[in-house]
Amino acid sequence: MHLKTVLGEISGYAIMLYAPIAGLGGHIANSYRIEVVRSLRQRPLLTALVLLLAVVLLWMIFAVWPEWLVDALGRKKTFVNTLLNGLTLAGLYFLVASGFTLVFGLMRNVNLAHGAMYLLGGYIGYEVAERTGSWILGAAVAFLALAIIGVVLQLVVFRRMQGDDLRQTLVTIGISIVAADLMLAVWSGTTYQFQPPDWLFGATELPIISAIRSSGDAVFLKYPTYRLAVLFIAIVVGVALWLFLNRTKLGMMVRAGVDDRSMLEATGVNVNLVFAMVFAIGAGLAGFAGVIGGTALSIAPGEDVRYLLASLVVVIVGGMGSVTGAAIGALLIGMAEQFGLAYFPTYGVVLTFLIMIGVLAFRPQGLMGQA
Amino acid sequence: MTTPRSYLGQIQPGWWVLAAFLLVYPWFATNFFTYQIGGYTLILGMIALSLMVLAGYGGMVSLAQITVAGVAAYTLPIFGENSVGVLGLGWPEWVLYPFAILIAAVFSTLVGLISVRTEGIYTIMITLAIAVSFFFFARQNYALFNGFQGFSGVDAPSFWGIYWRDPMPFYYLCLACAAFFFCATVYGARSTFGLTLQAIRDNPRRMGALGYNVTAHRVYAFFLAGLIAGTAGVLLVLFNGRVSPGTIGVDIAIDILVIAVVGGLRHPIGPFLGALAFVLLENFAIDLIDRERFNTVIGMAFLLVVFFSPDGLIGLWQKAAAKMRRRDNHGAKPTVKSTGEETQADLA
Repeated sequence: MHLKTVLGEISGYAIMLYAPIAGLGGHIANSYRIEVVRSLRQRPLLTALVLLLAVVLLWMIFAVWPEWLVDALGRKKTFVNTLLNGLTLAGLYFLVASGFTLVFGLMRNVNLAHGAMYLLGGYIGYEVAERTGSWILGAAVAFLALAIIGVVLQLVVFRRMQGDDLRQTLVTIGISIVAADLMLAVWSGTTYQFQPPDWLFGATELPIISAIRSSGDAVFLKYPTYRLAVLFIAIVVGVALWLFLNRTKLGMMVRAGVDDRSMLEATGVNVNLVFAMVFAIGAGLAGFAGVIGGTALSIAPGEDVRYLLASLVVVIVGGMGSVTGAAIGALLIGMAEQFGLAYFPTYGVVLTFLIMIGVLAFRPQGLMGQA
Repeated sequence: MTTPRSYLGQIQPGWWVLAAFLLVYPWFATNFFTYQIGGYTLILGMIALSLMVLAGYGGMVSLAQITVAGVAAYTLPIFGENSVGVLGLGWPEWVLYPFAILIAAVFSTLVGLISVRTEGIYTIMITLAIAVSFFFFARQNYALFNGFQGFSGVDAPSFWGIYWRDPMPFYYLCLACAAFFFCATVYGARSTFGLTLQAIRDNPRRMGALGYNVTAHRVYAFFLAGLIAGTAGVLLVLFNGRVSPGTIGVDIAIDILVIAVVGGLRHPIGPFLGALAFVLLENFAIDLIDRERFNTVIGMAFLLVVFFSPDGLIGLWQKAAAKMRRRDNHGAKPTVKSTGEETQADLA
């Protein structure tokens, strides 16, 4: 190997490591500024509408609501709480769905056992956290255990039927049936609830005024700290995934594999290794999400189907194989579900469904999916 | 090409034996075997048949078939009579049953319209999402679906002096419907539409380029499958006397897929074989293993089939038959992996 290429590699890696730390914030801000300007020029009406909506939303969050708005929408506290619930639920959905979409994008494998992986992660995390008393250890073990299971599945099962998408999907259905039943045998039908670590317990006061008392004091909104942490974790994981996909060599291979699997193989990349790796990350994320979601809500039989549905809809709406799409889809679905629950309870599911239909009608490949 | 013969002449003797057996079956079987095993197998077989039509001929694996059946099943107590006191418009039976089947077929068409916009593997995801959404909706909605409890007290009709939920009449009713749809599927698969659908399954782009309306053919297949599933849904609610979200749950949707795949997606008899195996396991696995672990057994059986015999029980049968034939005439060319056409020739 030439010295030059070696140096190039090294400096490449150096930049790769340096860029996220130093320039990333600037990069993102810059690229988004450019995006906004460009879309303003291309679709002025739509962009203006989106910006206007954003301003209105911000005003609704931070301003003290006038009478007429309270009359129209009910108390501000309900609205902001619903918004925050939607955001945290979106974070949870993103954690679950990002693994699903990664695996699908690369391997064309609709992993219908993804919900079972979520549930198993929750149970494993619960056992570990109970035994050791450490929630963080529970989450870490859940991630690792599911990552290992993912690799084993990829090596033992899916590699045997590569290219046969339908059979792979059928196998995942079989696995999820067996897994759900065995989990029921081991952990029974009881509902488990995690205890989050102490420093995440309780509520945080947000700098958002929910109402003004008659005495003139402002009442600030309180929100469970743990749920804010869920949102934070989801954002961290999202950024990490984005960095992984866009700034590392392995991520480059994954993106290339999403676009054209056989071409990637032809360039001498060990596709099987990449597949195993991505499956590990996807399954691990599902397990990790099991702990996060099990703490925010609870874990019980049947949750696997719920999160499988969430992943499906999020990925259908966002576009298969796109992590950004998963984020957008999760946001839409999480919001729709919570606002549906708060403002028109029995039709919440229908709202989610309508979003899916709407997206399919106008962009069958999903919002961020490639045509 | 074979010389043209009459339809009846083309049928191999094995089928006549099977038909005769099915006709006399309730004469010597107990009521339990006639109703719980026979009737239920035929109903499940029909729902799985509707999936087989879509998946086997159209290449569209739909997990929403039990939902389509559920729409018909819910239509009965909503527009007919029930003992819950919610809705129950009391329509006469001769309007109600065709109406329920039609509603189901229309629903199936809508599912088709939504899901055929995407290709292949995506269909599974979208139909599964539809099935799960409908399940949650039916469970939450009390105004129309009476929520978690659903409807009970749906009575079977009695005319010609027969009460149609008695085991023997009910069995014959199911058998008549199943036989009709079975023959219709066999016939339909060789019709112009059926052949076009299979060609679209194999190469949609080429068929599109040849001037066929790919979407319309697929959606029409969904409509036809909806007729089958809807009829099965009506029978299902007559069979149970009740319908609740549990009837259309995700586990059932997956059971239907398991039945169709285990039986085999190549020939319309497959779903019925799968249903028979499923119902027998469901009823008698209790003697072999813990009743609680039934799903593990079913899941394992499904996995084994997907792993070792992608064509299901039909595939096993064909392999065995091919082996027998090879033993009979050594010089003859052994049948290698058979295509769809050959499969039909073999079985029909």
